[in-house]
Amino acid sequence: MQNLSDHLAQGWHFVQSLWPEPLRLILFVAGIVAFVGANAAYLVWVERKGAGRFQRRPGPNEVGPAGLLQPVVDGLKLMSKQLIVPAGVDRVLFRGAPLLVMAPVLMSLAVVPFSASLAARNINVGLLMVFAFGSINVMAVMLGGWASRNKYAVISSARMVSQNVAYEIPMLLVVITMVMLTGTMNLNEIVQQQAGWFWHWNLFDWKHNPLAPVTFLIFYICMLAETNRAPFDMAEAESELVAGAYTEYAGMGFGVFFMAEYANILLGCSLATVLFLGGWQSPFGVLSGLVWFLAKMYFLIFTVVWIRWTFPRTQFYGLLNLSWKILIPVSLFTLVLSSALMKLLP
Amino acid sequence: MIVKEELTTPPPASEERFPVGPANVGASGVPAETFVLNLGPQHPATHGVLRVKMTMDGEYIVRAEPVCGYIHRMQEKMGENRTYAQYLPNTSRIDYLSAMTYTHAFVGAVERAAKIQPPPRAEYIRVITSELNRISSHLVWWGAFLLDLGGFTPLLYAFDDREKILDLLESITGARLTYCYYRVGGLCNDVDDAFLKGTREFVAQMRPRLKMYKALVTDNIILRKRLIDIGPISAELCRKYGATGPVIRGSGVGYDVRKAEPYSAYPEFDFEIPTFKEGDSMARYLVRMEEIVQSLRIIEQALDKLPAGPVMADKVPRVLKLPAGDYCYSVEAARGRFMVRIVSDNREIPYRVKLRTPCLSNLSLFEEASKGMLLADALAVMGSLDLVIPDIDR
Repeated sequence: MQNLSDHLAQGWHFVQSLWPEPLRLILFVAGIVAFVGANAAYLVWVERKGAGRFQRRPGPNEVGPAGLLQPVVDGLKLMSKQLIVPAGVDRVLFRGAPLLVMAPVLMSLAVVPFSASLAARNINVGLLMVFAFGSINVMAVMLGGWASRNKYAVISSARMVSQNVAYEIPMLLVVITMVMLTGTMNLNEIVQQQAGWFWHWNLFDWKHNPLAPVTFLIFYICMLAETNRAPFDMAEAESELVAGAYTEYAGMGFGVFFMAEYANILLGCSLATVLFLGGWQSPFGVLSGLVWFLAKMYFLIFTVVWIRWTFPRTQFYGLLNLSWKILIPVSLFTLVLSSALMKLLP
Repeated sequence: MIVKEELTTPPPASEERFPVGPANVGASGVPAETFVLNLGPQHPATHGVLRVKMTMDGEYIVRAEPVCGYIHRMQEKMGENRTYAQYLPNTSRIDYLSAMTYTHAFVGAVERAAKIQPPPRAEYIRVITSELNRISSHLVWWGAFLLDLGGFTPLLYAFDDREKILDLLESITGARLTYCYYRVGGLCNDVDDAFLKGTREFVAQMRPRLKMYKALVTDNIILRKRLIDIGPISAELCRKYGATGPVIRGSGVGYDVRKAEPYSAYPEFDFEIPTFKEGDSMARYLVRMEEIVQSLRIIEQALDKLPAGPVMADKVPRVLKLPAGDYCYSVEAARGRFMVRIVSDNREIPYRVKLRTPCLSNLSLFEEASKGMLLADALAVMGSLDLVIPDIDR
């Protein structure tokens, strides 16, 4: 018996020595896919339950205790539905768009440090990678809408692209500010710099960026707009465009878009946590770890849900005006201000 | 009408037919490429089976042509082969959200023709129930309008309050939506103390709720930006198409049948006609919110002054035979002026029943008002008109 376990352990070490990095990566990829899948499913539950509470009703409560099995049966329902490809659509793009919308989020999550040691990839240009992949998501939704050969979907796609162009710029300006302040694009290092009590977080970096809370707010608003969440859900505006770019999608085709929306929120909130709220650092300087990261991330996600069920939708030109006339000038100003302060107060 | 137009040469997007705004003209002065967006008959924004054929230039509307008739039920024709008592329930199905006022108009027309005077208690209870119905109708509109604007939560708050009205009305009429409570000569039964007490409680509860609605929704900056100065409708346009109700009152014309042609017990109450002169979507929104306040005032006064006595006039003939003639009766329904015109040739059934419904007129101005507007704004304007599709098609 002893012999057998020794052999097994030896075999395991042998496999590890042969193939350590790919194996680790496969485990992480599987882990991220599972994490995103579970979160997408249960964030829908949180969203519906939250909406129920905001609207003085119980929300889903029939399937399982407190409706906890609702996402499972929802998923089964979506999967058992026929995947209808309407006549006259571009089949390749139409079927490919849901895959294309999901893949970049999973890729981006590979660089997000969930704790000091829990990150699939600790690369130096992590932030750059996230934003490089972030744009693919928009393109995928646009392709899906465009390939659907539906006027509502095309209008929605056009809205989505102009919305994302408008909000990518202030978001990147904010990120450039943060990169300048931290001096690195490595997400792990950004978090490590924020160690200690919560006033070490970038959100409270008064010295170099007196407008840090404003910067955070801009990042948060841009994240809402980038993920097409209310009050910026112009692309999906159900009272105008039926279901926007997803109008022609049935069953799991729609389900994947839906999952991607939640995965994007997850990614956006993780980035906000890493950049501004000290990632996995505990607010008291001790007992840092995964729990803190998840707590901060889920708190941000909760606020996203909260906003969705409180505010009406903005008007499209209002949305663009907000970006071009307010967010971009303000984020440019904070960029210049913090670069000046960094020179003056090293 | 529509078919004919499509059979002949399709109308070109030329300037003489559609006076196009700057939105439709490219830099070279040539009309830009347009496409037709078929909004409805099944579309979330139309709240029913209304179809709007929109000629669009990008997101700008070149022309929005409402196509009615998808839920036409021949309500007027049905009137010609039913006795007055048999036709009465039909009138509550025309605008299902303000059924009380609609049955009131029909009952009023028959009473006017047959020279029946309902007892004062019946008139007071008619006013109370009609105003409760107006509040519930405005609450549905409020929720649905916010839904059009993308805010989902207010709908459920509105339904919460509306539920109380429905419970109250159910307790006396037996129905929750399509009431048939008024009878020729009075009411089918008297109200009980529980109803009166419940109505007083409702009035007391509703006032703080309206304050909350204001804080939660009316003062919201996103909402204000979406409504203020959006979709202005002038008083001339309203007059041109015969728009009534909150639409014309939002354009600065204080026309309300309750004051202009007083009927029932309305002259005995002290209330105001909320009028806003801006004519934009916000004005129509505020008119309705203010009307809820005024309705609460009327209900309170009616409860205080409610006379005792019977609720049914004496000697109402079992089989009504109206003398030959032409009779009209107008009421202020939640969406505007509703008029019933009965032409009788001295038989048990009317020769002709004409229903003048407010929503058809209110919708008619949409084509002209929405020109050059953005799609999302136009749908907000359509929501502010408060259309009930069965009321348009009858």
